[in-house]
Amino acid sequence: MLGPEKLKQLADAALAHSKAEQTEILLRATDTALSRFANNAIHQNVFESNVTLRVRVILGKRTGVAESNDISAEGIKRAVDMARAIAQLQPENPQNAPLPPPRAAPSVNAYFVQTAECTPETRARAIEQICRAAAAQKFIAAGAYRTAVHESAVANSLGAWAYHVGTIADLHTVTLNDAGTASGFASDASPDARALDAAQVARTALDKAQRSQNPIALAPGEYTVVLEPEAVASVLQYTAWNTFNALAVQEERSFVRGRRGEQLFSPLVSVYDDGNARDTFALPFDFEGTPRQKVTLIEKGCAQAVVYDTFTARRDGVASTGHSLPAPNLVGPLPQHLFLAPGAASRAELIASVARGILVTRFWYTRVVHPLHVVMTGLTRDGTFLIENGQVTLPVKNLRFTSSYLDVLKNTRAVGRETKLMHDERAAMSFRAPALAVDGFNFTGVTQ
Amino acid sequence: MKDLSARVLNMAQMRGASYADVRIVNRTIQTLGVRDGRVQEMLQQESQGFGVRVIADGAWGFASCSRDDYADVDATLQRALQNARASALTKTRDVQLGPPEANKGVFRSAYKMDPFMVSMSDKINLLLKADSEMRRVKMSKAHLLTRGELIFVREEKTFASSEGAYIQQEIVESGCEIQAQATDEAGDVQTRTYPWGRHQQTRGFEFVLEQQLVENAPRLAQEALMLLTADACPALDATTVILSGNQVALQVHESCGHPIELDRVLKQEASFAGTSFLTLEKLNNFQYGSEIVNLTADATLPGGLGTFGFDDEGVPAQRVEVVRDGRFVGYMTNRELATELNLGRSNGTMRAESWNRLPLIRMTNINLLPGAWTLENLIADTDDGIYFDTNRSWSIDDKRLNFQFGTELAWEIKGGKKTRLLKNPIYTGVTPNFWRSCDAIGDASEWVVWGTPRCGKGQPAQTIRTGHGASPARFRNVKVFSKS
Repeated sequence: MLGPEKLKQLADAALAHSKAEQTEILLRATDTALSRFANNAIHQNVFESNVTLRVRVILGKRTGVAESNDISAEGIKRAVDMARAIAQLQPENPQNAPLPPPRAAPSVNAYFVQTAECTPETRARAIEQICRAAAAQKFIAAGAYRTAVHESAVANSLGAWAYHVGTIADLHTVTLNDAGTASGFASDASPDARALDAAQVARTALDKAQRSQNPIALAPGEYTVVLEPEAVASVLQYTAWNTFNALAVQEERSFVRGRRGEQLFSPLVSVYDDGNARDTFALPFDFEGTPRQKVTLIEKGCAQAVVYDTFTARRDGVASTGHSLPAPNLVGPLPQHLFLAPGAASRAELIASVARGILVTRFWYTRVVHPLHVVMTGLTRDGTFLIENGQVTLPVKNLRFTSSYLDVLKNTRAVGRETKLMHDERAAMSFRAPALAVDGFNFTGVTQ
Repeated sequence: MKDLSARVLNMAQMRGASYADVRIVNRTIQTLGVRDGRVQEMLQQESQGFGVRVIADGAWGFASCSRDDYADVDATLQRALQNARASALTKTRDVQLGPPEANKGVFRSAYKMDPFMVSMSDKINLLLKADSEMRRVKMSKAHLLTRGELIFVREEKTFASSEGAYIQQEIVESGCEIQAQATDEAGDVQTRTYPWGRHQQTRGFEFVLEQQLVENAPRLAQEALMLLTADACPALDATTVILSGNQVALQVHESCGHPIELDRVLKQEASFAGTSFLTLEKLNNFQYGSEIVNLTADATLPGGLGTFGFDDEGVPAQRVEVVRDGRFVGYMTNRELATELNLGRSNGTMRAESWNRLPLIRMTNINLLPGAWTLENLIADTDDGIYFDTNRSWSIDDKRLNFQFGTELAWEIKGGKKTRLLKNPIYTGVTPNFWRSCDAIGDASEWVVWGTPRCGKGQPAQTIRTGHGASPARFRNVKVFSKS
């Protein structure tokens, strides 16, 4: 961890060297440790320390971006010079937007020293707990335990400066039988590693794995489903990317374009994005240094706002909501701290409300089939069960679905009251979501 | 480089490592993008650092750092050793690597035009010209979005090990794609991409020029617009399917490349990427495909995106058989697992995304060897079927059995002729059944080494570049339908 003073020194050095009209410096420093296990033993155990400096320079209607992880004085100068040279080499872009003016972001305490200083021995002890529990039941455990410190800082030549440090601890396991025909998944995540409950993770995964043995094949078709939080996170992720993104609206490929205020979804569904919340992996400003606003995307089933960065906000004549990705940004602004508001039902009540349906632990290999209606395909994995007369009765062979995620939010008939925090490392997104009971979910195939 | 690697290796052994290797990597990535006639992206990224992999107390540890001053090198090595000793707390056996690999050598990928010596102005103007050609195509009541991207990569890598290996490699890659996306008032969205996703090879700028982006741009936009009014692909439980060469490449990647990764087979990826239906008893004892299906893993293929001189354990690049006359005959292996299973020498497939990632078993170039048909003859020989072209969506289960792939467009084939454009086509199947139904494969004139630059695996996540030599192929009794 470098700390705010060191990162400010690096940013100041870069800004001092730049002769461009406008210059933005994005610094990200990460220390990530991850212990990975399979077959009841740790087989990969890694650590990474990296600092990247990204320079965006604006010369009139031209922008150049360069990134380097060489933070020596010479390395910083080279990155600034490269960004400027790149800008000079390109034709003017009439839509080029200037940098955002300085706006103070709130400070959010998201750093836990117990996570930052978590040792490989501590991670190994938690993993050992899971592996022993699995072995005792003649199952094998696989999974990963990650602890990470992320520092982010943004400075620009207009005077902006923002710094944040946060920690992430997450642990997940898949326990499976030797033949690989029965498996169960469980996970836990928090900014504070002390909050992770390895024993509970093991119990949940093993319970699902035990119950998954000798699954039956169900015929494809429409079913009522109870989606557990990991599956709901997938719904939130792809809906946010394809729908509640100002660039998608401006390019006429978002379902909510021109439909603000319409009752498009179940009145039980409310979705918002809040990068300042204490119960997520907070990051109070975006990659342009703009404070993240809390943005309500769906309020009781009615489509509300979409998120903006500086470029899309300028096009619509509004203020950025603080949802930029690092420049140059091809996909537009994204909500990265999504919440689906809890409802009233316990998990048991959600299941009890279903006469015949399927309980889904998580989705796997989800891909967009058609973006406008967020039609997705994917499979269930690591815990899929038949619900009959309000009871989980039999394990079910994994099913392929081809279904609209918008329809999931439209056909939600009940919302769970307990929410779960999750972090997707690849997508750099956080989710806090409950389980949902959803009618008319379309399964299109059965696995062997 | 030699000073740093020698220092790390000496210190590692002095502190108790029974094995150590170090990779020092310097990667430069240049990305240029246009969107709707304007410059969207001009970015150069440079990343350098080193990664140390050790065996201590019989278990693995790895640590990496972007800085190489004395204190950082010392701390990084200490973390690698601490990780190894923590791994040992749960070990069930000691890691064995088999005979030492003390190779020394230099490898440089071949190119005619160094892409980093071509001016960025020329590159962006090429994209803007292609974009302009797409945007010249107009249709009433439809909206056209256009974009294009070029990417160039240079990776300089030094590998050294405590067994005496010392290897230097330089690999240059060039990649490109253009895309037209048409939308209509009803909200339909249709996309055409050329050459497919992002096509990429370990070659120079000549690769980009050969793709003729400008010449193909108008056709691409026309096809995107035509798809808006095309009929939907019919739903058929069993029909004949011809896949374009690029779709065969994707099919090979997902349903052959991943299941032959030995770490998946041994459940080392069970919690994330998944396992494999190609379990150990199937080796040399399983009919993976029809007798005309022959597949190789070939890291020596010129231009392939999975081509290199040595893998990230210092093992020389190899060409090995995976499927011979339809029978499954080989996995992709590494030193540890090849030793554990008595499979002989590793076939050299350990690859890491960069200095900050641990090498994993990854695809090299997984190729479907050419057959005897031209695409023209394949279509002429088909009375009733559907031709699927250019992947749009792909999904497959965690054992790599049940797949569902959609393409950007399809053509109905009747009486040996392409008769009707079809939109939103999807086909689905089960891997061995599908490959056993393959009855015709395109010849060498149709064979292209397609690049798949975004193959994800591992935790922390890493993306690797893989290649697939493939030509069009025909499959019988395939279920097809349309998104609805």
